This record gives sequence, C-alpha cells and structure tokens, in this order.
Amino acid sequence: MKTKILLAILAVVMVGLIAVPWIASYFYIFIFTEILILGLFAASFNLVFGYTGMLSFGHAAFFGIGSYAMALVLIHLEWPFLVSLLASMGAAALLALVIGFFCVRLNEVYFAMLTLAFGMMVFAIAYQWRSVTNGSDGLAGFSLGSFGFGLDLTLGNPAVYYHVVLTIVAIASAVLYVICRSSFGMILRAIRQNPERVSFAGLNVRTYRLVAFVIAGAFAGLAGGLIAPFLRVASPELLHWSMSAEPILMAILGGTGYFLGPFAGAAVFVLLETWITSFTESWMLVLGIILALMVIFFRKGLLGTILDWWMEVKK
Amino acid sequence: MIHPILTISNLTKRFGGNTAVSGINLDVLPKETIAIIGPNGAGKTTFYNMVSGRMQPSEGNIVLDGKDITGLPPHKISRLGVSRSFQINNIFPEMTVQENVEVVLSAFHGHGRKLFNIASRNTGIQQEAVVLLKRLGIDSLKSQRAEVISYGDKRLLEIAMVLATQPKLVLLDEPTAGMTPDETRRTTRLVKSLAESGDYTFLITEHDMDVVFGLADRILVMHRGEKLFAGTPEEVKNHPEVRRAYLGEEDDDVIEETSA
Amino acid sequence: MSGIVSALLNSLDIGLLLFIIAVGLNIVFGVLNIINFAHGALYMLGAYLAFTLINIVGMPFWAALLLAPLGVVILAVLIDRFLLRFIYSRDIADSLLLTFALLLIINESVRMIWGSGIQVVQPPQLLAGSMEILGSSVPTYSLFVIVMGLLLLAGLWYLFNRTRIGRIMRAAALDRDMAEVLCINTRLVVTGVFAFGAWLAAVGGVVAAPMRALDPGMGDKIIIESFIVVVIGGLGSFPGALLGAIVLGLIHGFGGRYLPEVNMLLPFLGMALVLLFKPHGIMGKGANA
Repeated sequence: MKTKILLAILAVVMVGLIAVPWIASYFYIFIFTEILILGLFAASFNLVFGYTGMLSFGHAAFFGIGSYAMALVLIHLEWPFLVSLLASMGAAALLALVIGFFCVRLNEVYFAMLTLAFGMMVFAIAYQWRSVTNGSDGLAGFSLGSFGFGLDLTLGNPAVYYHVVLTIVAIASAVLYVICRSSFGMILRAIRQNPERVSFAGLNVRTYRLVAFVIAGAFAGLAGGLIAPFLRVASPELLHWSMSAEPILMAILGGTGYFLGPFAGAAVFVLLETWITSFTESWMLVLGIILALMVIFFRKGLLGTILDWWMEVKK
Repeated sequence: MIHPILTISNLTKRFGGNTAVSGINLDVLPKETIAIIGPNGAGKTTFYNMVSGRMQPSEGNIVLDGKDITGLPPHKISRLGVSRSFQINNIFPEMTVQENVEVVLSAFHGHGRKLFNIASRNTGIQQEAVVLLKRLGIDSLKSQRAEVISYGDKRLLEIAMVLATQPKLVLLDEPTAGMTPDETRRTTRLVKSLAESGDYTFLITEHDMDVVFGLADRILVMHRGEKLFAGTPEEVKNHPEVRRAYLGEEDDDVIEETSA
Repeated sequence: MSGIVSALLNSLDIGLLLFIIAVGLNIVFGVLNIINFAHGALYMLGAYLAFTLINIVGMPFWAALLLAPLGVVILAVLIDRFLLRFIYSRDIADSLLLTFALLLIINESVRMIWGSGIQVVQPPQLLAGSMEILGSSVPTYSLFVIVMGLLLLAGLWYLFNRTRIGRIMRAAALDRDMAEVLCINTRLVVTGVFAFGAWLAAVGGVVAAPMRALDPGMGDKIIIESFIVVVIGGLGSFPGALLGAIVLGLIHGFGGRYLPEVNMLLPFLGMALVLLFKPHGIMGKGANA
C-alpha cells in the first residue's frame, strides 16, 4: 500500500519533470536542470555518507574533475557527448581510487579532515597548473558536438539539454538505487551501523569503503560532466570545498536515510537559494541557520520528518 | 589420534608494563566445549581478542587447523573459520533481526561483492537466516528492528550471527551476562543442544558457574593472566587452589576488563 | 645564506602562529570529542574585532590583543550553551555538521558587518619596520609573532605539565575512557574547554591581523591549515600540534620561496606522506576505524 502510494507520487513527479520545458519558462528549465545535476551529485555523496557512514568534505573533487574532464575532452579531442561523459566518470573514479586509498583507512574524524585536505589539493592543482586548466579563469569556450549513438540532438538548446540531463540522471539514479538495495548496499549499511561486527563476519571493511567511495566518485564525476556544458565553464570553484558542502547540506536537508532524500534536498536547496537571493545576498547565512536547525532538531531531514508525520497521522 | 583444531602456544599480551595474558598454552579438540573461567581482569577477553584478531599478541602462536593465524586481521581469521561474540551486544541496531543475520550470511557466501542484485529478493539467504533464527528460538522476532528486542534476545541474535559463518571454532564471550535467570536457563539449554549436535567447537567464557559446569567438557582456569589449572569440571571443582583462588571467594569486582 | 635565514624565520612565524590556532582545535577535540569546524571562523572574528578596536575605536594594539579574544570567548560560551549542548552526546559527525553550520553563519556575518573587501591592520609603532639579522632584513613584527608563539607555548607547557587541570586535560585528550573516569564532562569544564580553545583561535587572529590582510575567506584558509597540522602531528597530541605546525611552517616558508609554482600543493603532499607511513600522525595515538 505504502509502496504503491510512493510509486504513484514518483510517477507524477516524473511526468511533471518531463513536462517542464512545455509548461515553464526558460528560467525554470535552467533551475530544474541544476536541481537534477546537483541531485545526482548529492545522491552520490549520500552513498558514502548516508549508507556507508563516512562524512566526506571533499566530494567536490570528483564533481570538479568530472567537469574538467568534460571540458578538456571537448576542447582537445572533440569526442561525442556520451563518450565524454564516460571520460568524466572514469577520471573521477580514478581520482577517488587514489584519494580513497588514503582516506578509507581512517576513522571518521580523520576521514572528514583528510577528504577536505585532498579536495583542496585538487583545487590547488586546478588553480596553479595554468597550462592545462587555465588557472582561476577555468576552461571555457568549448562547444558541444554530436551526442553519440548517431542521434541528432541540438545540445545547445536548453530544453533539449534539460531532457538529456533528465534521462541520464534518471538512468544513473536507477543504477545507484539498485546498488543501494543490493547485497553490497546492505553490507554498506551494516558497516555504517557497526563496522567491527562486519569485519568479524569476514569482510575487509576498508575494501568495501573504498569501493563505495569510488562508485560515489564516479557518479559525482558524471554529475560534474553534466554541469560543465550547462555552466559553459569548468572553473576551480567547482572543486572548492564550499562546493563539497553543497551535497552535505542537500543530503541533510532532504534526509540521509532515504534514497530520494538528496534529490528532495537539492530541489529545496536550489529553489530556496533562488528565492532568498532575490531579496538578500546573505544566502549562506540563511543556509547556516537552516543546517543548524536541521542537525539539532530534524536530523532525519525533510523526507524523514514528513514520513514520520505521515505514519503518525495514519495511526 | 585426533588433531586439535586450535593450538595455542605461549600466548602473551603486554600493555606497557602490565601483562594481561601470560604464556597460555591450550589445545582445542574438534567438537569439544571448553570453558574459560577466572575473576574479572583474569585476561579472558584479552585472550579472545588475540584469538579473533582484534589484538596482536606480544608473544606466542595461534594455529588453526594447521594454519598459523597469529596476528592476522579479524576478517581473515573469520574467513578461516573463527567466529566470536562480544560481551556487549554487537549487532546492527537499525536493521531487522532477520537482516542482521542476512548481512553475515551474505558476507559468508561472498554476496557482498554483488552490486546489482536486489538483496531483499535473495530467497536462499533469507531461508537460511530463518533456519538459524529458528535454531535459536527467536524466529518470531524476525521482522522487528534489532534495537527494540529484549536484551536477552539480542544476545541470542548475536549467537545466530556468530553461527552464520559456519565456523570451525566459536568463541562466546559471557553469553549469559546480564540475562535474567530465565533467559540464562534458556540460553544454557540452547548452547548445550548446539554443542551436543556435534556441529560446533566452542570456547566459552562465563561467570555463572552453573552454566560452566553444565556445558563444558574441559575448563581452563585463568588468574591474573596465567593458566591456574586446566581439567574436567570434576577436577576443577575439587582442585584446592582453584577453590581458594576463584570458586571460594566472591568476585571482588575490580575494574571491568572490557576497557582493555 | 641570507635567503635561508629569512625563509627560516618566516617558517617559524607561520609555524608558531599555526601552532597557537591548531592547539586550540586539538584541545577541543581531545577533551570534548568535537571537531570544531568553526575554529577558523573564530580566528577570523578575533582578527576583525581587533580591526574594529584598533582602526575604528582607536585603541592601541595591546588593548585589542586583550579585549578582542574576550569578545570571542563570550560568543564561544553562547555557542556552547545554546547550540553544542544538544549534540555533545551524539555521533561526532553531528558536531562536524553543526560547527560547519556555525562557520557558514559566522563567515556570512563577517561579510555583512565588515564587507567582502580586504582590510588592513597596522602593527603597533614599536613593532613596525624591520631588523637586520645575520645579514638579512626581517620584519620586527615577525619576531614578535615568534616571541608570542614561544610565550604561549611555554604557558601551555606549564598548564599541561604543572597544573592539575592541565594534566587531566592532556590525559583525557589521549584517552577518552580516562575523561569519563575523571568525570570531567561536567558542564563547567566543557564550557571552559570550548571557550579556551576559542580564546586561542582569537589570539591567533589578533596576532595574525597586522601581518595578513583580513578578508572573509581567511577563516576557511586557516581551518584547512589547522587540519593539516593536526593530521601531520596527530589528533589530540599537543607536542604533535607543535611539530605539525613547524613542519607546515617550513613547507610554507621554503616552498613559497623556492618552489612557487607548486607551493599550494606542497602542504597536502607533506600530509599524504605522513599518512602513508604514520596514519595517525607523527605523535598521534588515535584508534583505527
């Protein structure tokens, strides 16, 4: 019964999302493109945080490198869009493997600080390696060529790009969802609750953490690959640790215990940002206050709080 | 001649200047149940921690079934067939009782590497989990969240998880600690039936002497990290030094050993 | 030769300043089991309060050095009483998240109050100018920072080795069970330790103000540097904080001079190397995951 209602809601949301370009202005097409990409970014982060219990403050490294990979491939190799996206995922997965190798061995405090420091290392490289990354200005001026698969799509058209993003994010989310519900995903949840018990069941907890970290990195890279053509630039800000903070905020906002939590969080985040920045510049202040309140009083996030409330009402 | 399944020689653990376990030798034969007794601080948990890989021994060797496992990490020792429970409940609190067992079963069967199956449709694992829960008599609780079941049931759940890896050697650390007399009786009966089934080899630490004498084939008495005596329950009951050192006097509740 | 001397002195002033700040972070972590993400923001507040007291109110530098940290201490007490008390008993991730929220709030407040631009605080007359040491010209203020760092180092050494409360704090920082045995988690001690950590951050901020331009991003930079320091030295270890700070100071002092193309990268490389061989820092005793 509950599953059916949820499925129905999901179907309605999906139909609504598909219809956006026909019912909303360009402005909202941009807003929803951003929500989808950041939602995927936040969902990939939540595999590490909500499922495996590792609080990473460097997730933007994978998002950023995905966007840089996209820009570099488009500028120098002019590969089709879909192939470029795979390059984004691959670059991010490789980076996650290297950073994760150092980080997953350590407990949560060290993990948080280390991911932050490594994230900033990647930022420093992008900032200082001017010959490749164009320094603080970032890489711009790349143009989208073909889509791939022989499909003739005008990716430069925001409405078309929105539908492409929607399709890719939907597929990626489905894959992530299956991973979360798989035996592997169950082990990850077990690791979050009690890593010692898992190792006494015969599993190398570090290996599982590392695999989760790499998968999350790859999907963050995919999101990064989608954001570069949307912003038309790959800049160091995408790698900065304030960018790492966004998926954390979105996941907490929506609810870390639910697969769709980060997506809901991303939607609220972007819409709130749009609304609040329309009358004050102090968006970060509002965000800080919201985060503090969520952490102290609504640790289950919006989705969790609503679901709890719904269960209460049903009783 | 039966080969021992576990051979421990000269096992020693020092923390700074203190010796928690000193020169313990022990052979465990297949399918027997050995109880390790001794007052708090005797070194029982430290001994377990070394056998299960949670701590590195300072000296000595641990050989399981002909293979040296000294100082291996816990997951490798578990893979080789040693499974343990803990003095404090060590479960996955936010999962259901059945899922708790399924996690261990998935780990044991190598399903943890499956990224694209749906865990909740894995009927083989589910059936196996239910069989185990039945064996422990807690299958009626299978869909409850593990954190809400009673303390005694949590301890039984942990035993189910310990058995799920089909271990060659089972280490139970005070399985009845904190249980009500009723739960203690139920658990003793249960462990006894598991031991008598001939499927398992048990090492058990326990404070409750009725439980110990009811279960053990042999008893190792530890005192201040050293082996005081080892023998059958009868021999232990009649050993004067053991009576004086342990059975005669009540526990003088020194600092709990778990902090070590 | 003169290049090496000035690089060395430069390393020392950066290192000792970092020590003052990182040791505060380490005390709060060690005793309260809280990673204060807003520690850098408190450092920044110290610097900006000093700016207001000196440039707007017209106080002498020395008065600001006394008063600005007190202002930050008051804020820290409020933070402890009204926010952190909700999460002391929770998972450490929650303290990271809450102090992160604080960081956002303080950063944005500083931007609103003092603006996004760069502000400059002049060193006091006594410490302006430079001195000749071994053939190289060294800013007098650098020497002051070094002296100040050494004084605080001596003071902390006395506190941790010669006073009862200090020894308890040090023991508690290395062994959490000990902290519980000694019952130091009483409200007053918790508030006191958090405020003391904040005081150290703010003193660092005031001392840094005349040698670094103030901008609302300065707290973010210093918190990352502090993290590197404690990772290199070892979480919860006070000698480790000193060692980590000096190592990072040397990396900055020499890296900035001799390897300017990669100077941003060097601290992270140093950290990765330490982690590879000593995962819990050179002097850390943290437990593995």
